[in-house]
Amino acid sequence: MLTALLIAPVVAAAAAAVVRSERWRPLVLPALGVAHLALTVGAIATRTRITGANTLQSGLWLRLDAAGSVVLLSLSVLFLLVACYAPAYLRIRSERPNRVIVVCTCLFLCFASLATASQHLGVMWASIEAATLSVTPMIYFNNNPRSLEATWKYLMVGGTGIALALLGTFFLAYSAIAAGDQPSMTYVDLTASVKSFSPAWLRTAFVLLFVGYGTKMGLAPMHTWKPDTYGETPGMVAALMAGGMTSVAFLALMRVVGVMDAAGLGDFARSLLVFMGLLSMVWAAAFMVRQTDLKRMLAYSSVEHMGILIVGLGLGPVALPLVLLHVIGNAIAKASVFLSVGNIRRVFATGSVPGLSGAIRRVPVSAILLLLGFLAATGSPPFSLFLSEFGMVRVAMVSGQWWTAGVFLLALALVFVGFSQTLLQAIFGEPPKDDAPVFRDTWRTTAVPAVGLALVLVLGLWIPAPLQALFTEAQASAQQRSGLTAIPAADASQGQVAP
Amino acid sequence: MTDLLLALVMLINFRLLGSGRIRVIIHTAAFQGVLISAVPLLSGHALSVRLVLLTVGAGLAKGLLIPHLLLRAFANDRVKREVEPPIGYVTSLVLCAAATGLALLVGRNLPIAEGHASVVAVPASLASLFTGLLLLMTRTRAITQATGYLVLENGITIFGLLMVVDVPFFVESSVLLDLVAGVFVMVIVMGHLNRTFTSLDTRQLNRLKEE
Repeated sequence: MLTALLIAPVVAAAAAAVVRSERWRPLVLPALGVAHLALTVGAIATRTRITGANTLQSGLWLRLDAAGSVVLLSLSVLFLLVACYAPAYLRIRSERPNRVIVVCTCLFLCFASLATASQHLGVMWASIEAATLSVTPMIYFNNNPRSLEATWKYLMVGGTGIALALLGTFFLAYSAIAAGDQPSMTYVDLTASVKSFSPAWLRTAFVLLFVGYGTKMGLAPMHTWKPDTYGETPGMVAALMAGGMTSVAFLALMRVVGVMDAAGLGDFARSLLVFMGLLSMVWAAAFMVRQTDLKRMLAYSSVEHMGILIVGLGLGPVALPLVLLHVIGNAIAKASVFLSVGNIRRVFATGSVPGLSGAIRRVPVSAILLLLGFLAATGSPPFSLFLSEFGMVRVAMVSGQWWTAGVFLLALALVFVGFSQTLLQAIFGEPPKDDAPVFRDTWRTTAVPAVGLALVLVLGLWIPAPLQALFTEAQASAQQRSGLTAIPAADASQGQVAP
Repeated sequence: MTDLLLALVMLINFRLLGSGRIRVIIHTAAFQGVLISAVPLLSGHALSVRLVLLTVGAGLAKGLLIPHLLLRAFANDRVKREVEPPIGYVTSLVLCAAATGLALLVGRNLPIAEGHASVVAVPASLASLFTGLLLLMTRTRAITQATGYLVLENGITIFGLLMVVDVPFFVESSVLLDLVAGVFVMVIVMGHLNRTFTSLDTRQLNRLKEE
């Protein structure tokens, strides 16, 4: 099942490369999306659990664990949403050839899925790098000076980041050799034997891996590529990057933190995570307050959400179900908002207020969807991001980290204020008189963001039992790694994300 | 033998930073890459098909394929040398010397496994890493920046040599593939940059910033 999951995108990419019709080629994407989601559900349902170090399993490089399953599932849902939107979008943009973007989208799905299933840190690195490279040609779909500048910056910043992650991976392997051990980079082996590794090398490795994968996630201050890239690339590409690429890089960091936990260096890792996470949140909030460009605003919102994820990871295994719920919520909400903004951006001459104003008069459905998406993305009830964000605040308070909770809430409030100022003007302001809109809302461009929002809404009210089971399993294995075999009764309730 | 090669690699860093001629920089980086690829063969590991394949593959990629790609992009650029880098050549060289010294100190303090490869490996790795970063950040031509990325990668590869026997073949080869694919994508983007901006001066890439 897993193999089919990885082969399907390659087949789709080949098909897309062969098809000559610009009009029919994008239809490969929804077909792939449906197949991939079906295979994902199948692979998760039939997967065998990974339990502890086991000679039979330790050699395996590809295997879905609970956390990987959640990320894969969110990736697959996100991809299906974007894929259903893509044909309509590419039809509108028929002046641009779409072979490259369609092929690269398929390849991205392949490498990102590979990353979620890789149990070998080297394979994980290689697949994330490959996913990065497959995203790059999509960034300059518009092929204008601004998008090319964004692509080059992404290549340089992202390339340096991913190179540092490789060095960190090597350091991690070397920490075994320096201690006279045989290095094995499979996750299961690492967590079983890392206790005896050299702590000096491990700490350095962690910092490098954090900077490397943090750059991929777009954590401040390594986020500089993000506003440029998301601002200049089509909404569907930004959605894939903000919801997919970042989640996969986050999964890599989760694995690395698991290794640090097993090494007994969890506290060192977590204090760094909480600090850097809060820094990203505050940094993003500061830049959102006076941001006038909608897409750049969303980019900073993404920086903020990456910060939230990192803080959640820093709060320890107790918060892990909330973190995983946030991964899903962020991926789908981001897709929805980016696609709505894309719809709105199309009927204005500019992407920023005050030129972009009064969207509700021109594309009323997209404007309302954006408003709802804004509420979802800023963590308003009853969307699932409310549950995950405020669940984390509660965990921080219960564990006595008042400063963390305080800064976290302050950043959320600032983001809400900053985001709403620009957004409300863009939606309800006076529309400019000079340019007449060419496009209107059609069900093809509005259905997908609407479905995405509905999903985030449902997740806020009801979490399906199998998903909850994945959360619990991921939490249990994280607890096992950090040496907490039994869940204290008082904390057990914190882990439940059911409302 | 290995120590000698790696010392040479460190000296090459100075050549890279001291020159403004892009053709020289590309050739020098390629030479550095080939030297590094040859290290595993000369460091006394038991010869195996896997080792030879990796060495030959890395040598071909870094010595022929990648420089060829970069030189082709270079042929389309009208300006053949680095123009007014914000950090000058002399300053770069001084920085590189300082970084090399620091790398030697750091390398002495990190616990290296007994009987492993070479004492110069960690310093050579860190010094090349720094050189790559410096080229990447302070040079103004897109090709020099791409070459800087290559040197950065060279530095990381040196570190990888410390455990070349222990890293699975699949991982080693996919790292190499990713590098080639990365340079390939960079060259394609450079082609677009060249067409759109009529040159590869990255100082023109200044449209995107916060107001």
